[in-house]
Amino acid sequence: MSASVHSHRVVRWINDRLPIFTMVHHSAVEYPTPKNLNYWWNFGSLAGFILAVMVLTGIFLAMNYTAHTAYAFDSVERIMRDVNYGWLLRYLHMNGASMFFLVVYIHIFRGLYYGSYKSPREVLWWIGLLIFLTMMATAFMGYVLPWGQMSFWGATVITNLFSAVPWVGQDVVTWLWGGFSVDNPTLNRFFSLHYLLPFIILFLVIVHLWALHTVKSNNPLGIDVRGSQDTIPFHPYYTIKDLYGMGPFLLFYLFFVFFAPNFFGEPDNYIPANPMVTPPHIVPEWYFLPFYAILRAVPDKLFGVVLMFSAIFILFILPWLDRSTVRSAHFRPIYKQLFWIFLLDCFVLGWIGAKPPEGAYLIIGRVATIYYFVHFLILTPLVGIFEKPRSLPESICTPVVKAAKI
Amino acid sequence: MAYAALPTQVGPGESQTRRDFLTYATVTTGAAGTVLALWPFIHSMNPAADVLALSSSEVDLTPVVPGQAITVTWRGKPVFIRHRTPEETQAARDVDISGLPDPQKDEDRVQNPEWLILVGVCTHLGCVPLGQKQTDPHGDYNGWFCPCHGSHYDGSGRIRKGPAPFNLIVPPYTFTSKTTIKIG
Repeated sequence: MSASVHSHRVVRWINDRLPIFTMVHHSAVEYPTPKNLNYWWNFGSLAGFILAVMVLTGIFLAMNYTAHTAYAFDSVERIMRDVNYGWLLRYLHMNGASMFFLVVYIHIFRGLYYGSYKSPREVLWWIGLLIFLTMMATAFMGYVLPWGQMSFWGATVITNLFSAVPWVGQDVVTWLWGGFSVDNPTLNRFFSLHYLLPFIILFLVIVHLWALHTVKSNNPLGIDVRGSQDTIPFHPYYTIKDLYGMGPFLLFYLFFVFFAPNFFGEPDNYIPANPMVTPPHIVPEWYFLPFYAILRAVPDKLFGVVLMFSAIFILFILPWLDRSTVRSAHFRPIYKQLFWIFLLDCFVLGWIGAKPPEGAYLIIGRVATIYYFVHFLILTPLVGIFEKPRSLPESICTPVVKAAKI
Repeated sequence: MAYAALPTQVGPGESQTRRDFLTYATVTTGAAGTVLALWPFIHSMNPAADVLALSSSEVDLTPVVPGQAITVTWRGKPVFIRHRTPEETQAARDVDISGLPDPQKDEDRVQNPEWLILVGVCTHLGCVPLGQKQTDPHGDYNGWFCPCHGSHYDGSGRIRKGPAPFNLIVPPYTFTSKTTIKIG
């Protein structure tokens, strides 16, 4: 791999001065990838694709959006009615946010199932979690921009979370608002940050890939690559597989864009923001529901906020909570069951997050919240110690080669 | 042998027809799809429906007396409307157009000789020429003078001297009545 792969004179001339072609060749063409990756490994590149779609549609939407309380709602309606293909750009962006979270959640649960957070991929995992946190902030602020009722009251509720901070809480909230309620200064700064944060995500994605290409991809067997017989070059094998997976994904995404564009949204957000009246039933977007359920499960303001943030921060120490050295749940009979129960628990939390906090919903929400933390703090460490894993294959290619010889 | 089943590189001299066809077909479809997907983004930057709705202006000419000029807005640009006196019209028609940078007869630039209607944007680099007010400089040819780079226009809005390549543009307009025009 050196100058020899670059036959064109101009390419060689540039490459000798800035080895950009070598870099691309190294990380996107010859990058040795485990040959046994399944379709769950498509979701990383899908997340990158949807990020690009969000940035592109967002830039064009910003050309027609006005970040002022008096004009924001109308400017969004103008995008829908008057701007050429404005409805398409907005629906791509709105539904793109849901798709981004869906893809990233699958990507995270892929990591949980196949133990992708374990040594030596802890830092890779951390950067992924930072991307997830930045995405949440970006999505929240983006939801405020149309300045509908849900925008306004979502912004009010979420910023008020910080009022739970002892002593300085109210000052922090006033600082976040730039005033004494969610108002024009808040909208202005949210627009500014909503435009900035995706580029922070882009930067984090580059670091994520840097870490990935240092420690290399995990695989469904969760065992280390033994040599070149276990890998295939990224291009054309995984470029074509990623592109193929993008087909069904686009059908799914564009189905919502064209046939059910407001499926994930709330009708109340088509009512202009009114600081005098709170809608009777306010719910966050679906991707925040499990965390919202945890917040509401706790009858104490500060503790509820702390617990909600802990639900994400606990993932940062997961590599040390899980004592098992076997990565893939494929070889961990008990952890595998716990994984599915945990996934179910997250769905239950999501369902509870959309329900009013009363009666049986409150009790189910509390049980599910307790289980969420029991899973990480008690079950995961204990299973890691007491579980007897199934025997691991010698290498990625061994079972295949044996099968071929028979 | 598992490896033998993997597609290998096609060596020189071997038939590449089928694989080439698949590659070209895939790349062409992908490229066509990408271009089609980009069109909505590009088109969103073209004038929107509410902008296009503002693309004609109606003007009542009743208050404009002979010798007076007014400036109205059409598509965000100034439009000069000059009620010419018979002497001004005659002066514009006496010019020998053969030596002009952009030769055009005054008769071809007006629908009604009394009313000269021009887009008030210099054809050089887009400044608004002076000459609408009595006290403005009118250039060397008793018309308009662009202060940005020194273009002189005559009483028919034709370029006579300076860097501008063309005469001041006559916008599309119609007389909807004797005293009303619709520009655009």
